[in-house]
Amino acid sequence: MPADAKARAVAGDGAARRGPLGTRILALTLLVIGSAGFIYPFLWMIATALRTPEGVAHGGASLWPVQWQWSNFADGLDSFPFWPYLRNSLLSTLVPVVAVVFSSSLVGFAFARIRARGSGPLFAVVLSTLLLPQEVTIVPQFILFKNLDMIDTLWPIIVPTFFGSAFFIFLFRQFYLRLPEALTDAALIDGASWFRIWFSIYLPLSRPIIIATAVLQFMSYWNNFFQAAIYLTTDRWKTLPLALAGFQSVNGTDTPLLMATALVITLPCVLLFFIAQRHIIGGISFTGSK
Amino acid sequence: MSDIVQGLEGFLERLHIYAGLRPILSLVIMLAAVFAVAFAALRGAVRARWIGRNTAAFWLFVSPWIVGFLLFTGGPMVYSLILSFTDWNLIDPAEFVGFANYAEAFSDPDLGQSLKVTLVYAAVSVPLQTVLSLAVALLMNVKVRGIHVFRTIWYLPSLVTGVAQAVLFIWVFNPSYGLVNGLLRLVGVEGPRWLFDADWALATVVIMSLWTVGGNMIIYLAGLQDIAKELYEAAQIDGAGRWRSLWNITLPQISPVIFFNVVTGLIYAMQTFTQGYVVTHNGGGPSDSLLFYVLYLYNNAFSFFRMGYASALAWIFFVMIMVLTALVFRGSAFWVYYESQRPKARKRGAHAG
Repeated sequence: MPADAKARAVAGDGAARRGPLGTRILALTLLVIGSAGFIYPFLWMIATALRTPEGVAHGGASLWPVQWQWSNFADGLDSFPFWPYLRNSLLSTLVPVVAVVFSSSLVGFAFARIRARGSGPLFAVVLSTLLLPQEVTIVPQFILFKNLDMIDTLWPIIVPTFFGSAFFIFLFRQFYLRLPEALTDAALIDGASWFRIWFSIYLPLSRPIIIATAVLQFMSYWNNFFQAAIYLTTDRWKTLPLALAGFQSVNGTDTPLLMATALVITLPCVLLFFIAQRHIIGGISFTGSK
Repeated sequence: MSDIVQGLEGFLERLHIYAGLRPILSLVIMLAAVFAVAFAALRGAVRARWIGRNTAAFWLFVSPWIVGFLLFTGGPMVYSLILSFTDWNLIDPAEFVGFANYAEAFSDPDLGQSLKVTLVYAAVSVPLQTVLSLAVALLMNVKVRGIHVFRTIWYLPSLVTGVAQAVLFIWVFNPSYGLVNGLLRLVGVEGPRWLFDADWALATVVIMSLWTVGGNMIIYLAGLQDIAKELYEAAQIDGAGRWRSLWNITLPQISPVIFFNVVTGLIYAMQTFTQGYVVTHNGGGPSDSLLFYVLYLYNNAFSFFRMGYASALAWIFFVMIMVLTALVFRGSAFWVYYESQRPKARKRGAHAG
């Protein structure tokens, strides 16, 4: 699988091309210093989430001492309706994940394998929508969803994902193009329908790209703020990013609670990253290669 | 259209369907009708031998995307162009005003400010992100030990995005007890007031954006690993040094990836919204120094309910992004290097494994 192969290649294949010792030491030194500075705000976030308000005032830039105020997490989540918001966030993230995987795979498959009139120009249109910022269409979309009676529900966030996303269609197409075409030919000779070929042959082979798509889609919708801010007006369907933004403006002074809440909201993405690291990195690297 | 929706919802109500599901079911019914017509048309076309079976199958397969495009992209684009010539607050009937919205836009000082903020932000942050992520990728590509650990460390901050990142950096840059000024105090410097200072606020958001370069770095790293080793060996035999190899092999070879990242980074930077919104509680920041274009558009549409003006702003934004992208594409001819023959054999070898 190309995505896997890339991930493995990125991981470094040992003795492939080692530079001279001096260069390696210099690179290592720079990397260590850079990484330390880079990860510091992250560690500081964790330390702050575990401090008392007085501890934050005294602690300043240091990571130590930490007061281990674990109750910050419970208190932070108690200060807004965490569980309903979590449910809303999960609904507006997981449904699009499933929807986008199926729809993008279906469309990507057609672009990769079914030879038809108009396929090339249509793919150019798909790609060109990648350059189109969603803000350009947000006003008419809002009016559309208002007419569909869907304002202040999760539908405006979920529904568009059923129609595929240009970016993931592109990823799936690239992936399928690299699979041997003999797969299709054999099945066609056996009289299988195109739908059958996609569903029973190509879809099961797409595991790496499905995982990459699912994770990237999860992360972007889990953190989705722009659409949520527009469509979700009452507490009933608000999602966690909205809660955090509201929390920031109301409880802006209670840093530890704020950091604890922000950490909890980031946690699923971090966990997901560590579980599916190989596929995520494969997927991201795949993006840049055309 | 809202009449059809109302009608369908009334129908579903009589069937005692749960209220929360009525809007989506109305949509599904309408879409099912559209798909049924499309399916019948394609079938007829195949029967009449106007198109081949494969062509019919293809258009059926891509029909979800086409419907989505018409519903959420193409249709709205046209609709917003029409709206941009009207004055409409969502409640009273829309009023045709000709080019008044565009005329207003060209003399709107807030729009000028938001354009300035957005363009300066994009012009500063995109080159900095490019240089930083490429430099780090180059460092990691020198085969050092523990590349896994470094890669994770550099990618991890990219997971703290959107609101969580904004919330974190509001405190990292807090003037009195934030991380940055705390560090500066250790060396005896009293730092600026960062997000609270009109001269520093935008610079602070640029620094924030550098924290999430991990994704770009991974793309560069993959691109670097893709460069054929033979090129370097040949250069070495010819007596080329390290810098010459970097300048004459690495950078030209990776230039398509740089180009890709610059284009996507530019479009992404132009769309900055969350930082401005969360940092300033939707206010635009000190002296509107964080009034990003999309934030201003959002305010016009969803705070002032000026749908016509917001649509005009959206179209100005669209044209602007297209022009900028076209300029980058034009300029790319001078520095992006595409191999006429890519080493296909190696690629094929990669997925065999």
